[in-house]
Amino acid sequence: MAICHRDYDTGEVALTTSPKSTEATESINSTDTSAVAGSDAQYAIELRGITKRFGAVRANQDIDLRVRRGTIHGIVGENGAGKSTLMSILYGFYQADSGQIFINGKAVNIHNSRDAIAAGIGMVHQHFMLVDTFSVLENVMLGAEEHALLSHCAADARTELQRLADEFQLSVHVDSLIADLPVGEQQRTEILKALYRQAEILILDEPTGVLTPQEADQLFRVLTSLKERGVTIILITHKLREIMDITDTVSVLRLGEMVSHLNTVDTSMSELAELMVGRKLETRSFHRDEPLPTDTPAGIEVCELGVVDQTGKTRLKDLSFEVKRGEILGVAGVAGNGQSMLLEVLAGISAPSTGHVIVNGQISTAEKPIGPSQMRTLKVHHVPEDRLKLGLVKAFTAAESSVLGYQRSIQFNLRGLLQLDTIRKACRRLMERFDVRPGDPKLKSASFSGGNQQKLILARELEKLPEVLLVGQPTRGVDIGAIELIHEKIVEMRDSGCAVLLVSVELDEIMALADRIVVMYEGQIVAEVNGRDANKTQLGLMMANAHQNAAA
Amino acid sequence: MNTSSIALPAWMEIGLIPVLNIIMALFFAGLIMLAIGVNPLQAVGIMINGAFGYDEAIGYTLYYTTNFIFTGLAVAVAFHASLFNIGGEGQAYIGGLGVGLVFLLLDKYLPAVLLIPIGIMAAGLFGAAWAFIPAWLQAHRGSHIVITTIMFNFIAASIMVYLLVNVLIKPGQMSPESRVFDESAWLPFMHEFLGWFGVVVTRTPLNLSLFFALFCCFGVWIYIWRTRWGYELRTAGHSEHAARYAGIKPKTVVISAMCVSGALAGFVAVNEIMGVHHRLLLNFTAGYGFTGIAVSLMGRNHPVGIIMASLLFGVLYQGGAELAFEIPKITREMVVAIQGLIILFSGALALMLRPWVVKVYLKFKSADTLAPA
Amino acid sequence: MDTLASLFAILDATLRVSAPLILAAMAGLYSERSGIVDISLEGKMLASAFAAGAVAALSGSAWPALGAGIMVGIALGLVHGFACITHRGNQVVSGLAINILASGLTVVLGIAWFSQGGQTPSLASEARFMPLELPFADAAQVIPIIGPFYHDVISGHNFLVYVAWLAVLATWWVVYRTRFGLRLRAVGENPLAVDTAGLSVSGLRYRAVIICGALAGVAGTYLSIAQNAAFVREMTAGQGYIALAALIFGKWKPLPAMLACLMFGFLDALAIRLQGVELPLIGEVPVQAIQALPYVLTVILLAGFIGRAIAPKAVGIPYLKER
Repeated sequence: MAICHRDYDTGEVALTTSPKSTEATESINSTDTSAVAGSDAQYAIELRGITKRFGAVRANQDIDLRVRRGTIHGIVGENGAGKSTLMSILYGFYQADSGQIFINGKAVNIHNSRDAIAAGIGMVHQHFMLVDTFSVLENVMLGAEEHALLSHCAADARTELQRLADEFQLSVHVDSLIADLPVGEQQRTEILKALYRQAEILILDEPTGVLTPQEADQLFRVLTSLKERGVTIILITHKLREIMDITDTVSVLRLGEMVSHLNTVDTSMSELAELMVGRKLETRSFHRDEPLPTDTPAGIEVCELGVVDQTGKTRLKDLSFEVKRGEILGVAGVAGNGQSMLLEVLAGISAPSTGHVIVNGQISTAEKPIGPSQMRTLKVHHVPEDRLKLGLVKAFTAAESSVLGYQRSIQFNLRGLLQLDTIRKACRRLMERFDVRPGDPKLKSASFSGGNQQKLILARELEKLPEVLLVGQPTRGVDIGAIELIHEKIVEMRDSGCAVLLVSVELDEIMALADRIVVMYEGQIVAEVNGRDANKTQLGLMMANAHQNAAA
Repeated sequence: MNTSSIALPAWMEIGLIPVLNIIMALFFAGLIMLAIGVNPLQAVGIMINGAFGYDEAIGYTLYYTTNFIFTGLAVAVAFHASLFNIGGEGQAYIGGLGVGLVFLLLDKYLPAVLLIPIGIMAAGLFGAAWAFIPAWLQAHRGSHIVITTIMFNFIAASIMVYLLVNVLIKPGQMSPESRVFDESAWLPFMHEFLGWFGVVVTRTPLNLSLFFALFCCFGVWIYIWRTRWGYELRTAGHSEHAARYAGIKPKTVVISAMCVSGALAGFVAVNEIMGVHHRLLLNFTAGYGFTGIAVSLMGRNHPVGIIMASLLFGVLYQGGAELAFEIPKITREMVVAIQGLIILFSGALALMLRPWVVKVYLKFKSADTLAPA
Repeated sequence: MDTLASLFAILDATLRVSAPLILAAMAGLYSERSGIVDISLEGKMLASAFAAGAVAALSGSAWPALGAGIMVGIALGLVHGFACITHRGNQVVSGLAINILASGLTVVLGIAWFSQGGQTPSLASEARFMPLELPFADAAQVIPIIGPFYHDVISGHNFLVYVAWLAVLATWWVVYRTRFGLRLRAVGENPLAVDTAGLSVSGLRYRAVIICGALAGVAGTYLSIAQNAAFVREMTAGQGYIALAALIFGKWKPLPAMLACLMFGFLDALAIRLQGVELPLIGEVPVQAIQALPYVLTVILLAGFIGRAIAPKAVGIPYLKER
């Protein structure tokens, strides 16, 4: 999130490590409230001194929080700041090691989801908790059936569900199977599930991650109407814009601690961003100073590329673009609009169905696709989106992971045997050059932090001096320090004449790095803009494929 | 508390916990013995003496061990590719068919130096072929390998019964067995082999396939951890996505891993058919394929562990036979029950004791770290 | 009418041999629908068959034997649950362990207790479930075809055959018409959804493995004290696996699974009939070929050559709440 600050004016706010007092969310002096009962009943939810450790890691440290009834409270923090842990404690997935939870002024113990539901808490998880093969109605009923026979409760449930849907404008197809519904409707089902259980407190965990900006707006209208009817809402997000738009109060989590409680009207995005990362941010932009000469050769060319997957679904349609040597092409879009498939095709992991890709004079087509190994020999290198799934093997040592994809290279093989010493030495070199810590090749890949795993993968790919570099979500789940290094390395590659294709769902990242930006929507490129001229609203509309309508 | 994320020292992870699991299994085996009125300690004494007490016993123990090494390795190779090969039994059976067919055709015409390698290859090829079909179906048709290999065990059994009863049976004979192969196709017995060097030992079924089994252990170790094919197999086993990213074709890995696995299981026939029975007969696999699963689980899919686990099962089988002889109340099936317990405790309940071990470990560790302060 | 009579004889035998398959398939359905793979149907049936045979021999009565069979089935179900649910062990490994344990233990205990080479003593008819004549079976004989069908095929089975049919109806009703069924199906598809809905994943799965154990117990009991008059070592002879195959063949649905059991039972009955019989055109069909047919058909089905069998999505995956 180092860069999300870039667009906004930097207020002169000194970093505060102690919670700021505000009218709505006073800091709580824990010594005063050592008595068990006696919390103020105006707060729908109150946490005191919540602490949770996982082994040596402090996920939550002495968290205090108060949320007034009928308000929307935002919780912001970086990835890994402890937001999800805190909410999992509230919903009974984890037990806090110490601390207390008060609902409407009464101390409660939440051991499992059942307790949370009984306390009036409803939760909309980032990954929906729905049974794909069930209808909306069955999903809503599940666990809240009032009779042992389905025939006795289905009719009542249907009436109640319809009532709720009408009251809160949560339109759903009650009898459709979840698997057939679009994401937005699945999310509405989740909200209805909570309301059906008479939730008075609704927690939403990164609810807009899978939504277009327009779907997100619709969600926010629903949340506002819920608030008007007295529902208390906690919104967990790392998107500061959402916090500013919709919340009444906001808390900032950093490294497992609550660093601030603020009234939203009294703060700004820049202040929140600083509180999140804990230091002043430099505004950086990496755009090229000079535009590329028009005759710059292309590193990779994509012509009328289309992919139809095994289920017959069109994943990519009619894509044509090129990435020139020495430029970064940013691919923006809401997650799941074909960016992953594009990376896979360009890296040779999946084959095109129609059209072709040209690299170094070689053509990859449906009839004669170029595989990942051959792509590597053509100097196309790929830092994948999902490093834990694709980029390395968690159970392997760092040394083993550091040759993933290069296991057949003659450098590491001799008469059919892997040269383990050479591999270890090479790995140590990579670790030194990219500051991977701890620098021990024998350590399991899984035991490195996200940022260090990413640096190792980046090191492995960049060391091969790619002519085309494919990068997916390079800073997802990566700590601040590593983000800067990763961005610098990518720009370094660009400056040395490599064609870089950068896929990211973080608009700020795309806008900071990309010289040109294309926007993908449902497997197609719907817009292209110059990186320098891009603005967020415009990109947001493009990501929803609504820019033409807006312009018209 | 969730303790799975807490790391333990390697000796605890690969030494202490497996040993504790086996102790649990043996404890329950002891309870079964008590239930049928046998003193478990006396039983252990008889078994150990029966397995090691004299050279004939050692010969038998190692003869069983040989089978378990083959089937254990078979399961382990598949496990590394994240495949569960329950079909070792059928693959061993069909491996035997391979040996039988080749020898029945050729034993009159070829010398031993040719017959024996051909026999070994036939065992491996037929075993591999019987594993190839489920592997191909898993890779290209998505059918689950566990279910298919189970089904293939039964299909193999039906085929063997049919062939032995109707086709390969020695004419004029009642029991469904082929004719005995020419002696040139026999793998030398260990007592003969040692005899050539003037060492006299009692005659046992133990034959030179033990050396071949140990050679296979070494080969599997090299293959899995020292070659790029093994690297690719393990990559695909851990993550199909990572494999595809690395230019490895998961389907090819599924098929090649299963073929290697099937070949190793087929080698049981080298011991049983080429080394001991010298003819094709029914049920010579006697559940060794299933025991291989216990062996692999106990040996943590590593050749060294597999040798040790195979030895333990060799002791159980041979000692169990001795036990059944000494104590009429006990039958050889006691060993099968113990095998079930070991699969349960070393396999399905492998992590049952871990939280306790972690707790004790943390207590000692915190005492250590506090001490200097 | 002779062909009709022999057809009825085959159908009658079909029902007799398919009953334990149906019971075991329904047992497996509960377990697998809840997300727990159960290859231990074989072992549960074998152990229950032994328990029932032993208790029937000792008590001289069928009912306590049925109780014992069910209890042993449930106990093994709980062992499977303890390994797979509480300790999140590998479900295939656990099932295999139970099968092997049952295979060894039944012989060990049988020989230690009865000294008859692993068999339990032969049972008198009072200690067994004997064929029942359904009402009007004789009277209905006068109606052409339907009458003899009723008399020869439907009537004249033991109590547990009818229990097996009832079990199918009951299973269908429970799975599709009750709250428990809704939750059972949900927990096999997406246990996280069940957990966040305030339900206990473990609780549901334990209930499923207990029902599974009980039904497998009835299936085992059927073998030793209804279909036969004693427990014989390895008497299940792969029927647990056939039931599993039928469950897959029936796509984890009660009625299709029952039809698959009937088909496999019919093949079995046919195999016995065809032994040594020369058929026109084909010649003598090897009995082994017919015996192997259920397995071959299941392999073909699983390969997607005749329809697709889609398993419950969460089947075989241990549920881990904390990450």
